[in-house]
Amino acid sequence: MALLEIKDLTIRFGGLAAVSEFECAFEGGELMGLIGPNGAGKTTVFNMVSGFYRPTGGSIVFDGTPTAGLKPHQVTALGIARTFQNIRLWKEMSVLDNIRVAQYYRLGYGVAGCFFRSRRYMTREAEIERTSREVIDALELTRYTDERPTNLPYGLQRRVEIARALSLRPKLLLLDEPAAGLNSADVEGLISLIRWVHEEYKLSIWMIEHQMKVVMSLCQWIKVIDFGRIIAEGTPEQIQANPEVIKAYLGDENI
Amino acid sequence: MFDTLLQNILNALQWGSFYALIALGYCLVYGVLLLINFAHGDIFMVGAYIAFFVSSFLLGKYLAIPDLPSWLVLAVTVPATMLLTSGVGVFLERVAYRPLRRKGVNRLYVVITALMCGLILENGNLAMLGASRKSFPELLDKAIWTFGSVSVTNLKILVIVSAFGVFWLLNTIVTKTKIGMAMRALSWDRFAVPLMGIPPDTVIVFTFILGSSMAGLAGILFAMSYPVLDPYMGASIGWKAFIAAVVGGIGDIRGAFVGGFILGFVEIMVVAFFPSSYRDLFAFTILLIIMTWKPTGLFGVAKTTKI
Amino acid sequence: MQRFTVPALVAAAGLLLCLASQYGWLDLYVQTTIMFLFINVIMSTSLNLINGNMGEFACGHAGFMCVGAYVSSIVSVALFAKSTYFGAPLLPPGWAVVGMPLSLLAGGVAAAFAGLLVAFPSFRTRGDYLAIVTLAANYIIISVFVNLDMVGGPRGFMGMKKVVSAMGDVLDIPWMMLWTYAFTVFTVFILRRFLWSSLGKGVMAVHQDEIAAEIMSVNTNRIKLVAFMLSSGLAGIAGGLFAHILGYVNPSAFGILKSTEAMVMVYLGGMGSLTGAVLSAVLMTGLGEVLRPLGIFKWVVIPLLLVLLMQFRPAGIMGNRELSDIFPRLRRFYKFK
Repeated sequence: MALLEIKDLTIRFGGLAAVSEFECAFEGGELMGLIGPNGAGKTTVFNMVSGFYRPTGGSIVFDGTPTAGLKPHQVTALGIARTFQNIRLWKEMSVLDNIRVAQYYRLGYGVAGCFFRSRRYMTREAEIERTSREVIDALELTRYTDERPTNLPYGLQRRVEIARALSLRPKLLLLDEPAAGLNSADVEGLISLIRWVHEEYKLSIWMIEHQMKVVMSLCQWIKVIDFGRIIAEGTPEQIQANPEVIKAYLGDENI
Repeated sequence: MFDTLLQNILNALQWGSFYALIALGYCLVYGVLLLINFAHGDIFMVGAYIAFFVSSFLLGKYLAIPDLPSWLVLAVTVPATMLLTSGVGVFLERVAYRPLRRKGVNRLYVVITALMCGLILENGNLAMLGASRKSFPELLDKAIWTFGSVSVTNLKILVIVSAFGVFWLLNTIVTKTKIGMAMRALSWDRFAVPLMGIPPDTVIVFTFILGSSMAGLAGILFAMSYPVLDPYMGASIGWKAFIAAVVGGIGDIRGAFVGGFILGFVEIMVVAFFPSSYRDLFAFTILLIIMTWKPTGLFGVAKTTKI
Repeated sequence: MQRFTVPALVAAAGLLLCLASQYGWLDLYVQTTIMFLFINVIMSTSLNLINGNMGEFACGHAGFMCVGAYVSSIVSVALFAKSTYFGAPLLPPGWAVVGMPLSLLAGGVAAAFAGLLVAFPSFRTRGDYLAIVTLAANYIIISVFVNLDMVGGPRGFMGMKKVVSAMGDVLDIPWMMLWTYAFTVFTVFILRRFLWSSLGKGVMAVHQDEIAAEIMSVNTNRIKLVAFMLSSGLAGIAGGLFAHILGYVNPSAFGILKSTEAMVMVYLGGMGSLTGAVLSAVLMTGLGEVLRPLGIFKWVVIPLLLVLLMQFRPAGIMGNRELSDIFPRLRRFYKFK
């Protein structure tokens, strides 16, 4: 059974179809890319997959469960985690707290347990803290555990965001332009980080990215969309040579 | 039956006019500064008191001055009140709000400052002038016209006409003048405006002048209609006018105007059919229902967040 | 040893207060002021959860105090005292010793449900629009009680003094001081536990970035529900205590002015700081007493102070820090984490 099956996905905002008849499938363990010019609808697709937008047509089935009508936090609990184009960390909370909060769906205790420090509360909190610290250590962020994200450089903030997404133990990780705003040294670090995450956690990764270096070196399969429609898909080599793709990015003037 | 309905509608129009005038002031300031000027209701109260002192002075209550006909007193009091009230509003802006704006602090702190300024105005009034209520002098010779069992006073007509007139004036200013355009620009993007060569402080002061003078006008009209003044009169009417503005959709003056009349209608109609102690209960429940159905107000524009 | 330092101190302070009240070391006026101080602490800390930690602008906190005041008063008077409203007591007055605190909890639960008036709209609206809803809720609640002639309506409700003296008949100790102190400690205690847990941190996450919270598996609606119900429930308990101390309740005492008092305390202390909320409640009560000779000028000076505070230190006394951030050495005595 496929991990993620998207069929005929469409969303309209008023009269504008931001995404039309988008299709995609993940078996499990792939590293797939989604590229296209600005405004093509890439983040919109991610928003629909994570449940933030409700599609006007088509279906998304994750791990056998249709996600239509589910609220974002329920979709996340199914096993999808994501990062954002503009970093959305909780700036006033420490890195550790940022990751602890993301374990909400596995809280396991109620308000009463919280007030009276029931045994269940103590075990669950210890577990949550342990898991959080594990992820922090795995991504080499131990030094910054009690630091606030506002005090960290941008590259590290991105890393924290990925750590937070990983703490949700997703089966599918959506990365929305993870290399945005990074200099070339950081980009190298990011590439190795994503490769390591992919191998270590054995999850599927779906990545939106503009920096071709990242896309071409990491992705096994790439889909290209423009104006909300898929215009091409294939391996990195095929995409690089595809005239439609070149036209979408560079225009079709005679070079 | 129809007559009482008509009478109630007229009363509602008058009562709603006060709310509408005050709500317009809230709306202007909110539209430009995204600030809920909680002191606005108390500026209304200050306007009523200013009108009281100005007209009492002109009527010779403090100094011996030659007898003036009451229409002249009225004709002088209205602009004088509006001017002085706008002075109070601008003073608040310069002294309390502008320094915070300069520092670029969280909008919430300005709101709290506004709330506190309102309290200072109320309690300062109470402390300085004492608890005895002031009785507003008669300035307008009452003329009553009756149609069947419906009676209309010239004062009622004046209030309603003023409200509509003010709305027309404000709408013209906001949509058809340069400064109105600047006001709207400020509400969309505070930072781009000075980059385009428009002095934001001037626009903001103008907004406060407009809003506060309308509150002053509401003050004098209210004082003429219900001639007993007390320092807390601004508080309850002010808060309610604010709710009305938000129900209409704060930031859009049509919304504030309509919201004020909706509240006026609801309050008068409730009192017509139920014991008066139910007025607040029904009025606010209906407002709450409207807010649940249309969370950004009737004319408000829902903002979507992009992620 | 470390684990017991603070609870021991708290218990000792409570004991001291009760002894002082019992043996008249503090006169009655001071006792009442201290009890009102504790009530202010409850109001301030409970509102801080919504206005500080969750970052909303709730202007109607006193409405929930009103619900708690009335419900607990009605329950305790109906059950334990003879009154013109309900006739003879339904239970032996001596049982008030156990029944009165239960009636306070009943008031709290009722207030928590009243909090739903604000919690449900908060799912869809935020910020200024939600402020309106809280304002409207305050007016609505007061209006409901003004129209309930069965319990006095605008004239107010009384009879709680009989319940308190019934408790005193069983055992002559300063019951109200005891219960006020106990519930204040309880409030601060559960708020601290809530805010330090991963569940409570969800409240701050909703404040700082609600969308991210929702997508990071936080059930934001449930968090809002819990926060609002907790906040209004605690305010309800404060209301019940207030009613029993005073012996008389009147809906108009819980209007916008009372809500504003609570807001002043929250912003004075620093939004989001529990320590700050406690400190500012103490400060405000103290200030209120010090400035009492000024009469109505008190209510000019206090807002003026807050205006100056906003100008020069808008973060309030504590900003969003806690005591342990300023005095790290205290960590030796108590596990603040």
